[in-house]
Amino acid sequence: MGWLDYFRTSRKNSASIAKERLQIVVAHERLQRSGPDYLPLLQKDILEVIRKYVPIDPGDVRVNLEKDGDYSVLELNISLPEKSP
Amino acid sequence: MAKVIVVTSGKGGVGKTTTSAAFATGLARKGHKTAVIDFDVGLRNLDLIMGCERRVVYDFVNVINNEANLNQALIRDKRVENLHILPASQTRDKEALTLEGVGRVLEELGREFDYIVCDSPAGIEHGAYAAMYYADEALVVTNPEVSSVRDSDRILGIMASKSRRAVQGDTPIREHLVLTRYSHQRVARGEMLGVDDVLEILGIPLLGVIPESQSVLQASNAGVPVILEESSDAGQSYDDVVARFLGEERPHRHMNGEKKGLLRRLFGT
Repeated sequence: MGWLDYFRTSRKNSASIAKERLQIVVAHERLQRSGPDYLPLLQKDILEVIRKYVPIDPGDVRVNLEKDGDYSVLELNISLPEKSP
Repeated sequence: MAKVIVVTSGKGGVGKTTTSAAFATGLARKGHKTAVIDFDVGLRNLDLIMGCERRVVYDFVNVINNEANLNQALIRDKRVENLHILPASQTRDKEALTLEGVGRVLEELGREFDYIVCDSPAGIEHGAYAAMYYADEALVVTNPEVSSVRDSDRILGIMASKSRRAVQGDTPIREHLVLTRYSHQRVARGEMLGVDDVLEILGIPLLGVIPESQSVLQASNAGVPVILEESSDAGQSYDDVVARFLGEERPHRHMNGEKKGLLRRLFGT
């Protein structure tokens, strides 16, 4: 790094981009593996049932399990298309 | 009973075998009876890094299958007393490492040794699983680079759920971060994740930082664990890693640049 660098337009350094990307992907993957093994299968089955009636994408079904003290909340979040054909 | 330490990373090429060789040599040099086992069945390399490739007769899988006993398969290091190497098989596949068989060999080794260092293969398949299953402690070898950090986090998750300690509900495996191929110059320039960044993401205690160093390749060329290159920065850093592991307090060195003069700062290096 020489003195010329001081005149270059400052752009975000790549290390901080790396850190941000890692924080997001690691947090996401930790959430996935903290759930029980059946969640992905459950998600797939629910998707298939709904697809019998409404055309939706795999990404439209979100299954979330949250632990709160001694009980767990299973949350299903299904985005239906705005206009069913 | 010996302490079982797995050297793992998920990602390949980050320095697991270099670290296993240096760490085991360092423990032995401190007077602890140490065995280092190559779990990379089919891709044996620890023997080359340790410089004993021409002395391999029997291997880990032979011992598991009762085709040889431990004393026949263990290679005694010629440089360092108390150090023994158990090489991997070059011809079998990883399925040969049955959990039962690995457990039997570790138990037998445990009667004689203080420390058993398990050099894990890359990946999260059976070989890596067998290497970490019985571990009491883990050295997670990570490069300051996105894919390596992500894979380390993945392997930490697997150890926390699939290891024997996790399955049996014992106290969890004690985890240590060994950050390798570190370049403080690149960190200073904002081109490389710094040690604090990696610590923040992985959330495990730091055992040591090994600088990117030419001496690592030179040592592997010669079949000498780099910790024995006492004048090299990487060798000294591994010596610190071993000392800290054994409870000694050592300041981190080779992590910051030497002070640059005004001329070097202006005209670069």
